[in-house]
Amino acid sequence: MNTFQNFITSIRAFLFETGELAFFAGRFFKEVFNRPFEWKEFARQCYHIGNKSLFLVAITGFIIGLVFTLQSRPKMIELGAVAWLPSMVSISIIREIGPIITALICAGRIGSGIGAELGSMRVTEQIDAMEVSGTNPFKFLVVTRILATTLMIPLLVIMSDAVALFGSFLVENIKGDVSFTLYFDEVFRAIKFSDVFPATLKTFFFGFAIGLVGCYKGYYCKHGTAGVGKTANAAVVEASMLVFILDFTAVLVTDIFTS
Amino acid sequence: MNSDRKPVIVIKNLSKTFGDHKVLNQFTMELYEGETLVIMGKSGSGKSVMIKCLIGLETHDGGQITIMGKNLDTMDAATLNEIRTEVGFLFQGSALYDSMSVRENLEFPLRRHFKKFGEIGDATPLVMEALDSVGLGHTIDLMPEELSGGMKRRIAMARTLILKPKIILYDEPTTGLDPITSKEIVLLMKSIQQTYKTSSIVITHDVDCARFIADRMILLIDGINYAEGTYEELDRSQDPKIQAFFKK
Repeated sequence: MNTFQNFITSIRAFLFETGELAFFAGRFFKEVFNRPFEWKEFARQCYHIGNKSLFLVAITGFIIGLVFTLQSRPKMIELGAVAWLPSMVSISIIREIGPIITALICAGRIGSGIGAELGSMRVTEQIDAMEVSGTNPFKFLVVTRILATTLMIPLLVIMSDAVALFGSFLVENIKGDVSFTLYFDEVFRAIKFSDVFPATLKTFFFGFAIGLVGCYKGYYCKHGTAGVGKTANAAVVEASMLVFILDFTAVLVTDIFTS
Repeated sequence: MNSDRKPVIVIKNLSKTFGDHKVLNQFTMELYEGETLVIMGKSGSGKSVMIKCLIGLETHDGGQITIMGKNLDTMDAATLNEIRTEVGFLFQGSALYDSMSVRENLEFPLRRHFKKFGEIGDATPLVMEALDSVGLGHTIDLMPEELSGGMKRRIAMARTLILKPKIILYDEPTTGLDPITSKEIVLLMKSIQQTYKTSSIVITHDVDCARFIADRMILLIDGINYAEGTYEELDRSQDPKIQAFFKK
């Protein structure tokens, strides 16, 4: 009985949280069109999110490109399909691996950062101070951050894809003596608009989800400094889950339109 | 004494409950123009909750709050924000925006109230005026982390003053400060009140602060205004609950 009650409580809490998150997203869409827009803070957030994550995303992308090619190569040779390696690697990276890995890294780095920053502002009454001075903290803190993640995460994914392909090329160049021109000629021959467009489009949703969850968790942070740590943690977990759900949905929708 | 003065804040029968705990129980008070009202009470007596209800940071369960003739419960968000430019709030922990410099902290509210201040090009003279009024003009380009506790409290006062409020609410202004800095803050509060002719509500349990600054005092015990009067009147009271606050 107790287990059943706990289950019901968990379901209720999940539904409540989902509703609150949807309401928070609704408030974002309402506030985003209200003037004046906080351009300066938006630019600062874009710099902060983009620049500070660049190195981590680039390194990860590079290693993924290297490892993916190193591990696929022997099997491709065995099957006599090594010439297809650039095509296979590029399609895998652009359609799935690049976006999902970059989004998960950003959920960990950016989502938790936003959650912790806004959470500490909440518990030290900085958000309350903005509110009592008659300003709109939601617009200044939340709208700018969600827009910045929505814009910057697709750019980070594009950069990560490019670096991953370069990593893959290096392996092919060293192991298979494939030239730069030949490798990328194969890559661009394999990639179609139907690969790039849905893969890029879904990264905007990933960015939006990461910003939304980070801001939501931080904005309503409770229970003092201990709550800030929990908020950062919850922001990562929930943003990552949301990224997977969005990815699955995007793949299903793409499949419907392309099949 | 107050019959010829206009009340700027009127609270009637304010109630607030957290779970089963009734924090405010039919609390009633008035703040008059130019007056400094000190509200004293033990920790957890509902002082901070009351002041947060007053500015709309907490919702109340019952009762009525009127600020400068306008009912807080019936006003829309735009009116509430206009009212908030007339009511400054000094937080217990200063609540400076730690990602912004002192200059940006002061400019932040100033640049977002076009109705009251218009478009402001160079805000430096206004920022300097506010900083000079708290004696910290030299800190304009410092970050909050470079300031001491007392300096943060003063900068928070300057950030409040820059909006030229008619009412200032102080939430435990001397808590966490050493006696010398506390005295400086109290002197500054007095000087602000005299210079800007503001009405103030000061939430504190610092008796020395209350003695120096209060025109009138309210003792908040168990969510009700248990006693009201000047410092001297309350100090003379033989009621043990009142005496508990004043005995040295």
